[in-house]
Amino acid sequence: MYQHTRFTTNRLGFFQKFRNFDYILLICILLLGFISLATMYSTDGGEVKFHTKSHFTKLAVFTLMMLVMSFINIKYWFSIGYLAYVAVVGLLVGTYLFGITSSGSQRWINLYFINLQPSELMKIFIIVCLAKFFHRMKLENVNSIYTILTSLIIILLPMGLVIVQPDLGTAVLIAISGIAVLWFAGINYKYFIYTILGFIISLPFVIAFLKPYQKLRVLTFLNPDKDPLGAGYQIIQSKIAVGSGGIFGKGFLKGTQSYLEFLPEKHTDFIFTLFSEEFGFVGSAILLVIYAIIIYRIVAIGASSRSYFAKIFCYSFGAAIFVFITINMSMVLGLLPIVGSPLPIMSYGGSSMLATMTGFGIVMSARVHNQQLIA
Amino acid sequence: MINSSSDNVKKLNSINRRMFITGSLKFFVMIGIVSRLFFLQVKENKKYLTLSDKNRIREWKLAPVRGEFHDYFGNVIAGNFEAYQLHVIPEQVEDFRYVIYRLKDLLELSDNEFKKVLKKKNEIKPWETLIVSDNLSWQKFSKINNHLYDLNGVKPVISISRNYPFKENFTHLVGYVSQANQDDIESTQAIKKNFVPGLKVGKVGLEKTFEEKLIGTNDIERYEVNAYGRRISQLEFQKGEKGKTLRLTIDTEVQKLANELLKDKAGSICVMDIYTGAVIAMHSSPSFDPNLFVFGISQDDWQLIRNDPMKPLVNKTLQGNYSPGSTIKPIVALSALENGVVNTNFTVRCTGKTEMYGQTYHCWKKKGHGYVSLRNAMKQSCDTYFYEISRKLGVDKLSETAKKFGLGEKVFGDLFDIEKKGLIPNTQWKKNALGRGWLLGETIITGIGQGYIQTTPIQLCLMTAQIANGGYKIYPHIVVDDKVKDQPIDKFTPLYKNSKNIKIIQDAIFGSTNEVMGTSYRSRIDNPKYQFAGKTGTAQVKKITEEERELDLKTFQIPYEQRDHALYVAFGPYKNPRYALSVIVEHGGNGSTTAAPMATKLFKLIIDRHKIRESLGNKKYLEI
Repeated sequence: MYQHTRFTTNRLGFFQKFRNFDYILLICILLLGFISLATMYSTDGGEVKFHTKSHFTKLAVFTLMMLVMSFINIKYWFSIGYLAYVAVVGLLVGTYLFGITSSGSQRWINLYFINLQPSELMKIFIIVCLAKFFHRMKLENVNSIYTILTSLIIILLPMGLVIVQPDLGTAVLIAISGIAVLWFAGINYKYFIYTILGFIISLPFVIAFLKPYQKLRVLTFLNPDKDPLGAGYQIIQSKIAVGSGGIFGKGFLKGTQSYLEFLPEKHTDFIFTLFSEEFGFVGSAILLVIYAIIIYRIVAIGASSRSYFAKIFCYSFGAAIFVFITINMSMVLGLLPIVGSPLPIMSYGGSSMLATMTGFGIVMSARVHNQQLIA
Repeated sequence: MINSSSDNVKKLNSINRRMFITGSLKFFVMIGIVSRLFFLQVKENKKYLTLSDKNRIREWKLAPVRGEFHDYFGNVIAGNFEAYQLHVIPEQVEDFRYVIYRLKDLLELSDNEFKKVLKKKNEIKPWETLIVSDNLSWQKFSKINNHLYDLNGVKPVISISRNYPFKENFTHLVGYVSQANQDDIESTQAIKKNFVPGLKVGKVGLEKTFEEKLIGTNDIERYEVNAYGRRISQLEFQKGEKGKTLRLTIDTEVQKLANELLKDKAGSICVMDIYTGAVIAMHSSPSFDPNLFVFGISQDDWQLIRNDPMKPLVNKTLQGNYSPGSTIKPIVALSALENGVVNTNFTVRCTGKTEMYGQTYHCWKKKGHGYVSLRNAMKQSCDTYFYEISRKLGVDKLSETAKKFGLGEKVFGDLFDIEKKGLIPNTQWKKNALGRGWLLGETIITGIGQGYIQTTPIQLCLMTAQIANGGYKIYPHIVVDDKVKDQPIDKFTPLYKNSKNIKIIQDAIFGSTNEVMGTSYRSRIDNPKYQFAGKTGTAQVKKITEEERELDLKTFQIPYEQRDHALYVAFGPYKNPRYALSVIVEHGGNGSTTAAPMATKLFKLIIDRHKIRESLGNKKYLEI
């Protein structure tokens, strides 16, 4: 096999690394960061208050972190794959044992300098871990019982720890991240088809095991008008906010639904609703285009990477980010039941931002070191 | 190496194929999200915009300003005044307990009132207005204003409220307003439409009848509110329309005199223009102060009114069914003439009592009147004569004439829902109502206005007016309506067969007042300007036994409830009649001693006021 020995053997200089940066991706991320700051400013009622300041700090710190990460060789990220997974599982166990309880679920762990939500980190590190797992595997071994069982354990272990918090939504998202890797690793189509069929068949039984509030969410999704002031309130108000935005929106800082506090959770899960109300269909479409470019760039970086690890990570991360975005948007637009899932970068919340930025950091590292081979 | 690289190629092929599939899926999902956005934001935008406005805009309706009642001369009978109120918004008060106890001291609130205020406070949201007091005196209001410096969050407010400046004078006619209840809201569309908490609506009288015209329309304030209902900013203020002001035909001066005359008595006075049917005065006594009801009557005041034996709550003019007594005699005589039963030369010999069908009927004068003709019988109110002619006439013909002149029917139609029809009996009626045949003896006592026959004071007034105007139909009204053309077409149709008969009756009534031996001779006015003609009546409220007849008791010797009702109907000035009136004093004893003197005073005033009234009417026409 022909190889560009010049690049593989030579270590890249600092400025070469700079030159290798994906500036389109970087600009899009910064643009998104700026939009999210403006939106946060609007949720604070047009003043620089706690959420705006805090969001800005996190954005600045984590963007810097992402840039630092991109200078670190992709080999390094490959090498810590399992370790990182084990560490996050450890944090999840810690959360289970000593976590902070808030609004009925134990999701956060106090690390003295920051309150962390390890389940958010798991969304990314499960990809790193599984990408490493499949990196060296021969294609014929991919569909062996051993591989499938191991990868299932890797997925189910953190899922279980997150479900007991309880946080079904994040557990599902972790599973989706993991399954994305399995999909790109080349696990036989029939397993996916069987899983989907099995899921549909078992759905009634799953519903029977759901907690009452989870059942309520599903029922509310099916008919939000049944209890407009109770369970259906969030989704109805969200749809009103989005729908009343119109083509060009109500204008920056003029979203009455959020300004007058009709909109619940406007900082976090429903941030897109607020944005959509103020900037309308055009603004939302622009936001979607930015997200699309980001995902396209991630996939493109994957395609240009020489190492299999980088490739499978980028593809899976791109798919996972895409799923996070679509699930959040579908939820606020009334296409899916309410599951707590933040919109990457836009939503307020440090752990989610940390996880997303870590992902971007690895992707950027893959880009900078795209000729790097991993043995 | 070869092996591994071929495997690598396979792996790359696999991952790229799957990436292609994923990419296409992403594309379709993206399209799905965009189309959902398009559906919500572009297609359904109107719907959600409306919903969003519904969320954030809330309307506050304010009580409309009620239309007024004016008398014929423009004096305000029922108006609006600025009530001094005290509002507190609990949220804006730093130390609510301190402020409320301070207010208790300043306003001298009783413990009961104080408890009510505290209870109200617990029922409202902290940013809603708590009305501590809805009608403060000027003294207390200014006292509060002087102490405002340490009453944070207390707002002295001036609000519009109903006021009846003439107090008890117009109570039964105009009625009163009070807080609307569930029944009011359900029964009247206008109330439902304009309802706000604390809205006051007409409960009785014209206030109730003309509710739809008087009520006006709400002022509307539109506020932007947040999810918790707190007002953020005012978006719009829409001024409502004041209710229509109604001008009545009433002359306040006459009404006041009527009230004065009936002071401490139970009874009714009504005065009517005999050509236009305009009611000049209409009073029922005893009355009460309608202002008491505006802010809710206190239990003590209510018990006082309710338990009064003279029944102030009853509008005697319209609701009082009285035996007309001798005041019916003009109709009996007219009916007899019209039906050709008697002529002016027909005489009867009165010996004080007469036997008919085995029963003894007494004349009021024990010694009898001797030979009497129609004119004399009317003048001296000889019962024996009327026994005889009503026997000859028969009750059916009598009732026909009586009904023609407005007896036994509601005078004002639908104007007052409380108005009674009275009762003009005939043979058919008795068969239907009581299931028994008519007795001739009953015809005889009907001829002197006793027995089944019952009339209301306003009916007697209308009857007199229609005799006075020469026997033409009129429709009494109270409200000066611009649409005079809408009067019923049978207005001024003759009620007589021969106009001479009316003249004979008018002349006989004239004799009754202005000639010696006439029953109301002592109440006459000789000055032709004021000279009037009237017929007395004394209605028994119970059958007089033989022993009582022997005792011949004076009025003051009989217990109040058993005394006769005193009645008087009259019209004047005689030369050129214009006004008719009816007076009834419950248990007043004799018509000639109690009721007739009131008519004297009334006519003096009415005729003096006529010129003023006329000039006002003319001016009105000229302006148009």
